Amino acid sequence: MTNAMELYQLLPKTNCKECGKTSCMAFAVALLARELTVDACPPLKNEPKFKENYEKLKERVSPAEGATETGLIVHEELCFGCGNCVVACPVNVANDPYGVGSGNAPKDEKKLILSIEDGIVRAKNVDECRRFGKNKILCTGCIVTCPVEAIEFVV
Amino acid sequence: MEKEYYVCTGCGLLCEDIETELEKRAISKVYTACRVGVAHMKENPGTAKFWVEGKNTDEATAIGKAAALLKAAKNPLIFGLDNSTNEAQKKAIELAKKLNATLDDSSSFSFGPLMAALLQKKFKTCSLDEVRDKADVSVFWGADPSDSHPRQLSKFAYFPRGKEKQRGWEEERTAIAIDIRKTHTAKICGNEFYQVPLGGDAEFMEALIAGLSGKLPKTSYKYPPKKLLELANLLKAAKFGVIFIGQDLLYSLETLAPLFRLMDTLNEKAKGDFFLIPLLEAYNMRGFNENLFEETGFVNRVKFEAGSVKHGPEYSVVESLKAKAVDAALIIGSDPLANLPYSIIKELLEIPLITIDPCETLTSKKAQVSIRSGVSGVEAGGSALRIDGVRVAFKPVFESKCPSDEEILFKIMEAF
Repeated sequence: MTNAMELYQLLPKTNCKECGKTSCMAFAVALLARELTVDACPPLKNEPKFKENYEKLKERVSPAEGATETGLIVHEELCFGCGNCVVACPVNVANDPYGVGSGNAPKDEKKLILSIEDGIVRAKNVDECRRFGKNKILCTGCIVTCPVEAIEFVV
Repeated sequence: MEKEYYVCTGCGLLCEDIETELEKRAISKVYTACRVGVAHMKENPGTAKFWVEGKNTDEATAIGKAAALLKAAKNPLIFGLDNSTNEAQKKAIELAKKLNATLDDSSSFSFGPLMAALLQKKFKTCSLDEVRDKADVSVFWGADPSDSHPRQLSKFAYFPRGKEKQRGWEEERTAIAIDIRKTHTAKICGNEFYQVPLGGDAEFMEALIAGLSGKLPKTSYKYPPKKLLELANLLKAAKFGVIFIGQDLLYSLETLAPLFRLMDTLNEKAKGDFFLIPLLEAYNMRGFNENLFEETGFVNRVKFEAGSVKHGPEYSVVESLKAKAVDAALIIGSDPLANLPYSIIKELLEIPLITIDPCETLTSKKAQVSIRSGVSGVEAGGSALRIDGVRVAFKPVFESKCPSDEEILFKIMEAF
């Protein structure tokens, strides 16, 4: 998983403040939090000497194929549908306590993030995920409960 | 709109909350079931098939031939039935009585002794719903439900919120794995994984009993006593403890005595009660054991003879074949040719073989008469007993022309 320091290493490190942030490190943190995009850094985008780094950063920051907006990826070939993540997800429990929260089939599917279809976990309603939005936190409820590491978050 | 739920008969958990979508008389989508269940429920060719000597034939010919083979035999063997409904099992017991047959199932070489002790009430057991509502300590010993019963942890044992367990698994539940290798379940248990050497379970139990009784726990393989005492203290603090027993543990123990001693010590020393649940794999092995126990007082390995019942190791599938004591075999929902050692199955190939199975198996391919029955819970209804003994009734997902095991057995009996 990418961290802010890795992103910072690819930035111009001039603290020019053209992006509106106070330093390149602050820009790296904003980039990681998806508040800003790589294009928000004018020197990186326009100066030819940063071209290589610009492309590397674009690759790092653009979500991997198949990832949701929170960066959640399900490795379908590993998942066997045990449903541990579905039942353990705190948002699922709060939104459907008598259904998935109690280990059963969903009773109220409207706000569920994870559910099992054809024996594989599917992600939906990602805006409900605790890793999404301004006040996001680094919740790992679905990762630590997976016996086969089928769920991963990428930046 | 009220949702319609079906029962999955993929394993002993009998999950009763499965939703399905149908397309052209076949299941196209399955919700909530694990991958084992999905594969099981989608596998339904939908048509009955009858083979005699490897050739397709009609129902009357196949049933007639099966009945003739069984009638001609002096001591037929009826084996399997762990993947059949209660109703089919009762019918098979009736058939065995009529034929003076030997009757056995695969608990004969796995859970048999434990199931006999359970039905004789030699230890405390509880239902899985109680586990969900109350259990604070779950021990998986020689068992890997993540692989064998995928939804066991998420539906009952560890992750769900129960009536008295509202704060969730992180705060209110502990899962402990004791096994010879780091299984998928052990991975979830994290630090509470206790690795024992191959065949070291009985000694580990004795050491744990010593630890629970305030003595120094010693093992010949020098398991760290500190870690054993930590485990003993964890178990002592349990208010509602459950031990799930897997087949691996049963193969490691020479007798069940250490396990019963451990259960007694736990119930004496722990804060609350300790219960034991065997993790049976076939969906209705418990049903077979209970139905036969009700009828005869034994859970497996029986021979009916003119109104009386004999029981003993010589009537097990393995010993009766080895001794060439049986002269025809009716195999229902089981694949002994793929599961038993060659020295045993070669005897099976020398006698007339009849199979009733929803799947095409190695045994069904080698059988003189082979009948494809409907998949329980998908093409055929009925009832079964969950691993904790709770009766679960189910209806078929769609109407099928495939007869159920029960119907086929009924027709064979009528053809006599």
